[in-house]
Amino acid sequence: MAIELFRIDDRLIHGQVVVGWGQPLDLTFIVLVDDEVASSEWEQELYRMGVPPEMTVHFQNVEDAAKSLPQYQADARPGIVLVGDIDTMRRFVAAANGSVQHVNVGGVHHAPGRTGRLRYVFLTSAEEQGLRDIEALGAEVSAQDVPSARSVSLDEMLSAVPDV
Amino acid sequence: MSESDSEARALVAGHGDFAAGLVSAVGQITGRGDAFVTLSNRDMSAADVERAMREQVDARGLDVIFTDLPAGSCTMAARRLQRERPGVVLVTGTNLAALLDFVFHTDVPAGEAAQHAAEKGRASLVVTGGAPGGH
Repeated sequence: MAIELFRIDDRLIHGQVVVGWGQPLDLTFIVLVDDEVASSEWEQELYRMGVPPEMTVHFQNVEDAAKSLPQYQADARPGIVLVGDIDTMRRFVAAANGSVQHVNVGGVHHAPGRTGRLRYVFLTSAEEQGLRDIEALGAEVSAQDVPSARSVSLDEMLSAVPDV
Repeated sequence: MSESDSEARALVAGHGDFAAGLVSAVGQITGRGDAFVTLSNRDMSAADVERAMREQVDARGLDVIFTDLPAGSCTMAARRLQRERPGVVLVTGTNLAALLDFVFHTDVPAGEAAQHAAEKGRASLVVTGGAPGGH
């Protein structure tokens, strides 16, 4: 399978993605799934400037990305699907209709109304339910910011003492 | 943030302790670490990084930002800032040589000094030694 990682990260394209995961996975493309970015040339140019020339970025909304997923998965080169929030991933997993087996929570940072679960994961109750919904759709959810970190299951993540 | 902000001419921003470490080195070598204020993106969302950067730049009237990775969230935040303020100069891939050069060019506008510093930083990357085809 060419898609090595389905990642939720509110920074979207940044150092951990391009270098931290990009180097060990030898990523050659990123599918950035975001309705707003997909409709903004300026935002797309901003993110394109952040990746090395040998890496391609595809910008798509949820619906188009889900339709294109079989093509990406048939690609011999390794790639990553990247979204900025839990609800976008939930909608993508639902639209992909069973094609996503695992979802990586890479960064959902502090914001008003969120409770700290891990150093890099803060969630509202609606977002917690969103992650449970993703698992109910058949995709295992775990948190791991960088490849060398321990993978934390959804149950462990949600039972973590707040603000740890 | 540097020990004294009164003379800050640029913001240095990056991952972890990148900015604080580089500015500490500038201070140790030249005594001019107060030319910079620093920002770490550690455990911050993209929106938080942008907000913090905007506050630093506005509070001190800075128009030069040095960052580490071209793909980093600090660089992304700086580019967003540049959209509103085209006069802001951004240098990515910052290294110690670049910052050292910057602090000694106080006779020109900060943006001009940043251009010169970038050239100096680029030229400072040199590889020596190693046998051809060796391991």
